[in-house]
Amino acid sequence: MDICRLTAHEIREKYHQKELTVVDVTKAYIEKIKQEDEKIHAIITVCEEEALKQAHEVQALFDQGEKLGRMAGIPIVIKDNICTKGIKTTCASKMLENFVSPYDATVIEKIKKEHAIIIAKANMDEFAMGGSTENSAFFKTKNPVNLSKVPGGSSGGSAAAVSSSMAPVALGSDTGGSIRQPASFCGIVGMKPTYGLVSRYGLVAFASSLDQIGPMTKDVEDNAMLLTYIAGHDEHDTTSSKKENVDYTKALTADVKGLKIGVPKEFMGEGVNSEVKESVLKAIDVLKAKGAVVEECSLPTAEYALPAYYIIACAEASSNLGRFDGIRYGYRTKNFENVHDIFANSRTEGFGPEVKRRILLGTYVLSSGYYDAYYKKAQKVRTVIKQEFDKAFQKYDVLITPTAPTTAFDIGSKINNPLEMYLSDLLTVSINIAGVPAISIPCGEDSEGLPIGMQVIGKHFDEETIYRVAYTYEQSEK
Amino acid sequence: MEIQKEEIIHIANLSNLNLSDAEVSKYTEDMKQIVEFANKVNEVDTSSVKETAFITDSVNVFRKDEVIKSMDRKELLQNAPSSNGEAYSIPHVL
Repeated sequence: MDICRLTAHEIREKYHQKELTVVDVTKAYIEKIKQEDEKIHAIITVCEEEALKQAHEVQALFDQGEKLGRMAGIPIVIKDNICTKGIKTTCASKMLENFVSPYDATVIEKIKKEHAIIIAKANMDEFAMGGSTENSAFFKTKNPVNLSKVPGGSSGGSAAAVSSSMAPVALGSDTGGSIRQPASFCGIVGMKPTYGLVSRYGLVAFASSLDQIGPMTKDVEDNAMLLTYIAGHDEHDTTSSKKENVDYTKALTADVKGLKIGVPKEFMGEGVNSEVKESVLKAIDVLKAKGAVVEECSLPTAEYALPAYYIIACAEASSNLGRFDGIRYGYRTKNFENVHDIFANSRTEGFGPEVKRRILLGTYVLSSGYYDAYYKKAQKVRTVIKQEFDKAFQKYDVLITPTAPTTAFDIGSKINNPLEMYLSDLLTVSINIAGVPAISIPCGEDSEGLPIGMQVIGKHFDEETIYRVAYTYEQSEK
Repeated sequence: MEIQKEEIIHIANLSNLNLSDAEVSKYTEDMKQIVEFANKVNEVDTSSVKETAFITDSVNVFRKDEVIKSMDRKELLQNAPSSNGEAYSIPHVL
């Protein structure tokens, strides 16, 4: 049996049947990382010692007959912008190269309580800024499906790790598409939950009004299971919702009869590759055949989501990244005579080019004379976009679009043109702007054999319907 | 109005970033393109709407005014580039 090919729910089944031990499984994945990551470079830190220690402890609990939750003994990879006590959290930046968080993020506390096993921290675009994982200060991650292609980003390490079976499940973060786009490029399932469903405490902030942590998995069932355990109110994050916890796996029924699906035409237009379009339309037909009612609809302001997003996200980033001053934590320059030198030289030497570009843009749109024209205006556009989604959801249960306009592109092909790179977020950013949840699930491949992702968007806090649609499609394709 | 080099130098100063001449040129070109793209937001009629800063409805979430255990000073200072064991160390300001 190839342990690393299993999903988390299959591993759990094998634990119950006593066919596998937690130590076997943890060792198998650590071994897999050592073999595979030489060519893929998805992992920044392997937590071998801690993981094996924990594996023995969890197995001991199983042996004592303890009733453990569904994530018990499941290896997991964590994006390196989520704080893990005692394990480095680098954000793939020279600025945090040696940073060891003194506390666990709330999601980490939650999965530790469930006895999941953190085996590694994953590569990403520096501070989650990018769509290809080429902006990592350490190394570029490759797409496991085709090593000359990018894995997408910014959660490219997490996506590549799951896609290449270095872990059954991973956590990523999504500010404008950073879970869904890499999931699409690597052929896995990635969910960006409703803003406020998952606590952001301990997630290194990029754009606080848009960031969400979410699960990246091989199938929909694992995804629903992992979200069930990381969701919920947290007093450390005042924006987290007080909504009652839901077991999302209960929503996994393969039935979409009578469900109303809207297909926004603006997401199928110019700039979307024809093979991608065709695959998504085919997938929609499958749902139609299962009894869903499909209609074309319109979100006319959606095309303005991308410029609004870059204004809002960069404004928030320039403010959030002000904390990196070379004094309390992170990189400090060796070249200083006074405090101002520490600030400026540490930031200049510690941040990479894309991070600087976004700090500059953010500072520009917030600076005197431009604040109203850009930042305030973008926030008003945000209101219009949100209203359009609200209106669409009065009529439809879910909206379906492609996740990304193209499949994975060549490494190096967009890195010198920031605006072109930003366009790969074209179909995902409006979801963060509106704060609604959306999943990316695989729906075929292009003529080069590269995975194509379908995006299913739901109402605020209606992850259950999204999972139902995703599960129905996934089961019918088995 | 196109972004000029002087503006990039000004916002780099505001951001506490030092840019080389080559970087100023590069970022000026990048920003011209990006800001032109960002200007598209002006095509949207927003005369009848207010800004949305946060997507949730919650405002002013307060916690109880209670003393709780804070993080351990020693642990926090472990990440400091320089400290005297009790506080962060920086060069003289005055």
